[in-house]
Amino acid sequence: MADQLTGWLFAVLQTLLFAGTAPLLSGWIKRLKCHLQNRAAPSLFQPYRDLAKLFGKNVVLAQNASWLFRVAPYVVFGAILLAASAVPLVAIPLPTAAIADVIVLAGFFALARFFQTLASMDIGTTFGGMGASREVTVASLAEPAMLMAVFTLTMTASTTNLSVAMQHILDAGLVLRPSFLFAFLSLAMVAVAETGRIPVDNPETHLELTMLHEATVLEYSARHLALIDWAGMIKLMIYAVLISDIFLPWGIARQLTLPAVAVGVVAVAAKLAMLAVLLALWETVLAKMRLFRVPQFLGFAFLLSLLGLLMHVILESAL
Amino acid sequence: MLLAYGAIGAALLSGVTALAADRFPAVLRWISFTLLGLCGLGAVAAGGMVLLTGERMTAQLPCGLPWLNWHLRLDPLSGFFMAIIGIAVIAVSLYGPGYALEFQRPVRMPGTGRDDSREHFRPSLAALGLFTGVFVAGMLAVLLADDAFVFMISWELMSVSSYLLVAYQHQHPANRHAAFLYLLQAHVGALVILLAFGVLAGFGGGFTFHAMRTAHLTPAWSSLAFALALFGFGMKAGMVPLHAWLPEAHPAAPSHISALMSGVMIKVAIYGLIRFAFDLLGQLQWSWGLATLTAGTATALLGVLYALAQNDIKRLLAYSSVENVGIIFMGLGLSMIFVATGHPAIGVVALLAALYHSLNHAVFKTLLFLGVGAVVYRTHERDLDHLGGLIRRMPATALFVLIGCLSIAALPPFNGFASEWLTLQAALQVPVLASGVLRSIIPIAAALLALTSALAAATFVKVYGVAFLGQARTRRVAHAREVGLGMQAAMAMLALLCLALGVVPTAVIRLLEPVTQDLLRLRPAAATVRGWLWLTPVSPRVASYSAPLVVAAMVLTLLAGYLLMHWRRPGVRRVPPWDCGFGGLTTRMQYTSTAFTQPVRRVFAPVWHTDERIEKHEVAPARIAGLRYQLHIGDWSWTALYEPIGRAVLAAARRVGRIQAGNIRLYLAYSFFTLLLLLWLIS
Repeated sequence: MADQLTGWLFAVLQTLLFAGTAPLLSGWIKRLKCHLQNRAAPSLFQPYRDLAKLFGKNVVLAQNASWLFRVAPYVVFGAILLAASAVPLVAIPLPTAAIADVIVLAGFFALARFFQTLASMDIGTTFGGMGASREVTVASLAEPAMLMAVFTLTMTASTTNLSVAMQHILDAGLVLRPSFLFAFLSLAMVAVAETGRIPVDNPETHLELTMLHEATVLEYSARHLALIDWAGMIKLMIYAVLISDIFLPWGIARQLTLPAVAVGVVAVAAKLAMLAVLLALWETVLAKMRLFRVPQFLGFAFLLSLLGLLMHVILESAL
Repeated sequence: MLLAYGAIGAALLSGVTALAADRFPAVLRWISFTLLGLCGLGAVAAGGMVLLTGERMTAQLPCGLPWLNWHLRLDPLSGFFMAIIGIAVIAVSLYGPGYALEFQRPVRMPGTGRDDSREHFRPSLAALGLFTGVFVAGMLAVLLADDAFVFMISWELMSVSSYLLVAYQHQHPANRHAAFLYLLQAHVGALVILLAFGVLAGFGGGFTFHAMRTAHLTPAWSSLAFALALFGFGMKAGMVPLHAWLPEAHPAAPSHISALMSGVMIKVAIYGLIRFAFDLLGQLQWSWGLATLTAGTATALLGVLYALAQNDIKRLLAYSSVENVGIIFMGLGLSMIFVATGHPAIGVVALLAALYHSLNHAVFKTLLFLGVGAVVYRTHERDLDHLGGLIRRMPATALFVLIGCLSIAALPPFNGFASEWLTLQAALQVPVLASGVLRSIIPIAAALLALTSALAAATFVKVYGVAFLGQARTRRVAHAREVGLGMQAAMAMLALLCLALGVVPTAVIRLLEPVTQDLLRLRPAAATVRGWLWLTPVSPRVASYSAPLVVAAMVLTLLAGYLLMHWRRPGVRRVPPWDCGFGGLTTRMQYTSTAFTQPVRRVFAPVWHTDERIEKHEVAPARIAGLRYQLHIGDWSWTALYEPIGRAVLAAARRVGRIQAGNIRLYLAYSFFTLLLLLWLIS
């Protein structure tokens, strides 16, 4: 009973850690990009300041906004937070990981997206509809690719529970599986698309021709905007943690003891910092692509994950 | 059993009382619909009782052919589908009294002069009530049938009465055309089903299902029987490419009938397939599973893509029924594959997924059709591009339809998600299979299912965003009023069910245990091993999902977020929306349904028969005064399949027509020679 209680307490703490450090990751990526592009970098804590400023402001709401518009930010944030609570960040024995497996995780993202796109159509401006239309198009192509990549992993570990899968990969030791390589590439491409990064979307632009995600939040202000932005940061972190903890789970705590968790925190911080460097490099060397190139990009991701899956079926079924 | 008789009797009685409705409209609204409600309650009670006790009841009625009494049987499988029908019928009976007012007003015949009041057409309420009663009774009787004779009679009763309902608003030529098409396909389908039963009866030596169960068929013959059944029941269920009638016929009927047809009638076809394959044929073969899975995947994907491209909101819902039938077929196919290859424990999970999705689809599709019916009732608009902003005019309907959209888009914690999750879980158990082909095909099907559900989410973002959000696009929509309490109650009941079925999937699975016990002689033991809180289809290690905890956490976060945000209550200021400085947003600036789907249409272009025309009215070079945009999106199954068949039939008829000279003596000669030929054959 005491064990269980510690477990649940830990799960809550870990979720708070997720939400608390997500802006840090975003600030770190922004800083790296600035350095790479020879610009003066903002402070590492700028995202926190932005959020605090937004939370303190008065809400400016369009006259014809309905209740759905006001509820949506809370639902978006809640869904993403739930998703975060199900992902093992620093330790594997996470009781909340059993609540939601990978498919439910994708479901939470879909729920958040559903409400966000609906809210963007509520006011009746052109940009909202445009953003919603583009967002659902990209998402509907990204989701199968993501699930396909995840299926490859879950078939290796014969489970869709993240904790169990990570445990399995740790237990198996360092085995080079070609299917994992393909799944990794595919998942990375999907993550780029889903979190609205270059080359699919540019998080730093408000140019109407290229906007995807930003167009859906144009009408939001103050605390609503803060919640949506924060949710976006957490989502980015979830994808980063998924990629680093599934493919390189080493260092993550296997028991809930203080030293193990401390090692886990350091390990995950190091992994995320490295991943951020990769992302910043990627975003610096690539340019944003045309909207109708995105399906090809995601089609490629789907193809990669398909190859990974077939490779698993053909080559690795004996393992 | 008595309850089931009572339900059928109440449905028939409701039909009979409705005969008086042309003179006294109140009869239909108060007596017929009350009886229909009783029928629904009876069906739910009968089904629920069988599911709870898990027993089978049989009876023989001394009617029918002299050598074949009517055999009836109520077992868990038919009980489950009976409960599904019951739920939808209860909702319809609550909805009906308000909605029927729509048909008390005379409507103008289309195409006649504006002021010519003599050309007014008044739909017959008696016909509506009578055929609804017969239709419901027919559906229930199909479930009770225990011999092919009763089955086919009730099947035809269901088909013909629903044909008459599709043709109910026959003042529109499009509806007459849809009804004819429906009748044609229903009969081809029925004929094929009859042949399938014929194969079984030939080997079993009798028309009772009992004889068919004991029949020993060679694998080739049983495969043939299965293929016939898949074709026949698939046609009724709307399997691609036999689906073409469905999006024509379902929207043509009055909305509450569309709800019954789309929500429940296609479930009767699925019941037929399950009964035929799992119960009557018995020995499953994995190739059948593969065929069903492939057909299901194609149906799901094409169904949702066609749904996405529709602008007519009822047609869109009908196409989305095609999609959901595909998902159910995928579950059935997976179940057949796993059972046939010797993994019944996983086969049970897949079968559960299919049954669960049947229930869920019945609930949310009925809800959506009723919600859309309410919109059409108030606005008389079915075109999405004419609606908009209804969340402010019809808040209750908007809330219920939102719940329906969330469920059909398979979002947690609503019911659509639970059943699709189960289907995916079953698909992910492929590593147990020995065949490499199956092991690579099934995950691809699973990924396509993921694509389907993502596209379904896109479709319903479009439906809700265009119809209920934004600003009203026409004046009639801007002045729509909320519908009456009865109609709201029907939708509220279904919306609550959507949530309840999604939150306690374990309870549904407990209820379904007798069904799998009956069909596969196995209970889904692992699924509820950790109590009602956890759904663990294969084992807790492999996968788990706890919808109650998800809901609890969600409510907690929302509450915490709300309290934190409103603790100091920073003010809210209402301003006009930002119009980029051009002054005045008009409703025409909103994204329309056509515009919304343009990116997807472009990505999946080969799927549709798109005919896009843009006419520019250019007054001077590079100065365009007007634009005319026309878009027609066609179903390729018409050009690829139906039109060639239609042409072939017509050509054959013309050939045959040559021997018709219109001369009676010639015809008598034909009969004479035929008779001679037959006599010679016999001797």
